[in-house]
Amino acid sequence: MSIARTLNDARSELVAWLQAGPMMLVFGLFFLLPLALVIIVSFWDYNEYEIIPRFSARGYTETFEGCLTELPNLCTILKTYLKTLKLCFLVWAITLTIGFTVAYFLAFHVRSTTWQIVLSLLCTIPFWTSNVIRMIAWIPLLGRNGLVNSGLQKAGVIDKPLEWLLFSEFAVVLALVHLFTFFMVVPIFNSMIRIDKRLIEAAYDAGATGWQTLRDIVIPLAKPGIVIGSIFVITIVMGDFITVGVMGGQQIASAGKIIEVRLNALHFPAAAANAVILLGFTFLIIASLSRLVDVRKEL
Amino acid sequence: MSETKTTTGVNRRTLLKGAAGAAGLAAGSGAITGFPYVMSQEAKVLRYLGTAVNEGDDIAKKCLADTGIKIEYITATTDDVTKRVITQPNSFDVLDTEYFSLKKLVPSGNILPLDAKKIKEFNNITPVFTKGELPNGKKIGGQGTAPWKVLYLEGAGSSKFATSPTEFVTLIPTVYNADTLGIRPDLIKRPISSWAELLNPEFKGKASILNIPSIGIMDAAMVVEATGQYKYADKGNMTRAEIDLTMKILTEAKKSGQFRAFWKDFNESVNLMASGETVIQSMWSPAVTKVRSQGIPCVFQPLKEGYRSWASGFCVSKGVSGKKLEWAYEFVNWFLSGWAGAYLNRQGYYSAVLSTAKANMSADEWGYWMEGKAAEKDIKAPDGTTLEKAGAKRDGGSYDDRMGNVACWNAVMDENDYMVRKWNEFIAA
Repeated sequence: MSIARTLNDARSELVAWLQAGPMMLVFGLFFLLPLALVIIVSFWDYNEYEIIPRFSARGYTETFEGCLTELPNLCTILKTYLKTLKLCFLVWAITLTIGFTVAYFLAFHVRSTTWQIVLSLLCTIPFWTSNVIRMIAWIPLLGRNGLVNSGLQKAGVIDKPLEWLLFSEFAVVLALVHLFTFFMVVPIFNSMIRIDKRLIEAAYDAGATGWQTLRDIVIPLAKPGIVIGSIFVITIVMGDFITVGVMGGQQIASAGKIIEVRLNALHFPAAAANAVILLGFTFLIIASLSRLVDVRKEL
Repeated sequence: MSETKTTTGVNRRTLLKGAAGAAGLAAGSGAITGFPYVMSQEAKVLRYLGTAVNEGDDIAKKCLADTGIKIEYITATTDDVTKRVITQPNSFDVLDTEYFSLKKLVPSGNILPLDAKKIKEFNNITPVFTKGELPNGKKIGGQGTAPWKVLYLEGAGSSKFATSPTEFVTLIPTVYNADTLGIRPDLIKRPISSWAELLNPEFKGKASILNIPSIGIMDAAMVVEATGQYKYADKGNMTRAEIDLTMKILTEAKKSGQFRAFWKDFNESVNLMASGETVIQSMWSPAVTKVRSQGIPCVFQPLKEGYRSWASGFCVSKGVSGKKLEWAYEFVNWFLSGWAGAYLNRQGYYSAVLSTAKANMSADEWGYWMEGKAAEKDIKAPDGTTLEKAGAKRDGGSYDDRMGNVACWNAVMDENDYMVRKWNEFIAA
């Protein structure tokens, strides 16, 4: 009996490994291996045209150049990360508010499944054109002689064009929110739709106000969706340099931009070192988010 | 199940039929347009890596018709072209790149020099490339990576630039131009004559520079010299202290809101200028033409401190040999034989062999583009659209006036690594 059970256990273990195998292989080949290469290259030396496979921490030391000597002023890398974090926080807070509201509306106010599907598909409309076109489209709208400025001027609200509408942090946040709110809506909606409606009825019956129901029932139960959505948005915004570049008029620093500039100059190890730093940074944020909610358990 | 199978079968048959039809069509069209080379055993194909600037469809079509060589364009930005040569030298045959990138490309050993003796028109190439002077003998500015400094190699396998002419040519010259600031005369409403105006607070929030660090810093250096703050020994090869000084001035301008945006792409520069977001910025000649063709006044303003020039040419990948190498020579020889040169001249660039280009242009066109004369008839772009009405004169005037006033050339500095870090600091400021 016990032997049979052990055999059985062994077999199911083997089946489990086999089932996980293909994913592991893909994960190993296309994620872990390249990542390991990036980390290795980040510790190599380089010149103007080639990578020199010889240990050098130059990529890192040069990146943090001046961080101690320039105190109390911030060095380039800290300034850049501070800026990226600020943008990231703003985009996260706004997409969360909008995403949560939209998901709430879809999950609790729209009764029929058909309409829920139709309306969530509507949310994907911004994704029907390419990322770059969506960004370029802001320029005639927000520019100095754009629709918004000329509209406001005609209405007599302002007498000269608002410069901060385009090529500014405002423009960057606006474009990022427009691009990524959907990534917040989907997981939150997915969590909300699974909330047992009877819980809400029970709360109502027990005399809870709408606010109490939201705070004590909906938000805690939608937490996995919120965390997953946050992970999506934060990882994308931390690494983004195209949107920040186009909407910020290339005048706003971002962690991704530093990597791009180094890559274009063929300083691959320095770019790799910056990529590792960015990865570590993003990992820290995700790790602290995962402390709030055990995503695996919730799923 | 069986039904599904039948459907697949039908699909495959249709697909095969379609493919056969397409093949037949291709063979047919090939037989019509290019009978002679259908006889040759293999199709003559060259993979041409370069930026969009020189990769005209018309050039590829004309080349196919004249020589039977099919050009397959691989289009990338300036930086990506260099990256590709370094990382994937076997992914292209012919390389079209700028002279300043040679400091990176030649030591990598990934490109082969061409033999000057096999280039028919080599001796007719403008002395701008070979001696650093105009056809009339006037010397031109040589700061930065001027083409004549990196034109020859010491030997076939050498990675050392020769100081005197040898037969091993790094890049066979094709096209070059003199760049300056583009302005919107309708919005500025006063004459502009100096690079110093780029950082003039009068244009606060309405200026822009090129966001390619090595070129952007040279535009900044032109401004620094124009304002009399500093005189560089070589703007294209600054010392660390000079880089610090230049970046400090740029950073102050950025902090005070001088720049509306930086641009990197041809179309970005056109949009910034056409929409009035900027009124003064570093620009390329065809971009100015494009703004003007939208009916918006824009001038490629000649400035008293001179132009920042660039030049590009052809070489081949180290993987090219045998027949491919012969086709490459055939292609380069065709390129310099006049038609392509005239095509480039009509876009506002300059061709490396002036005599053959001249033979392919009308006297009026030559007068407008090259001699600074007023156009007698409307000036047309290669695609037939009208660029200028009769009576117009080219900004900056003649070839001699423009190329003769070149102050420096696009460059890669010895301190490039340091400069790139400083550039990141500038963006973060």
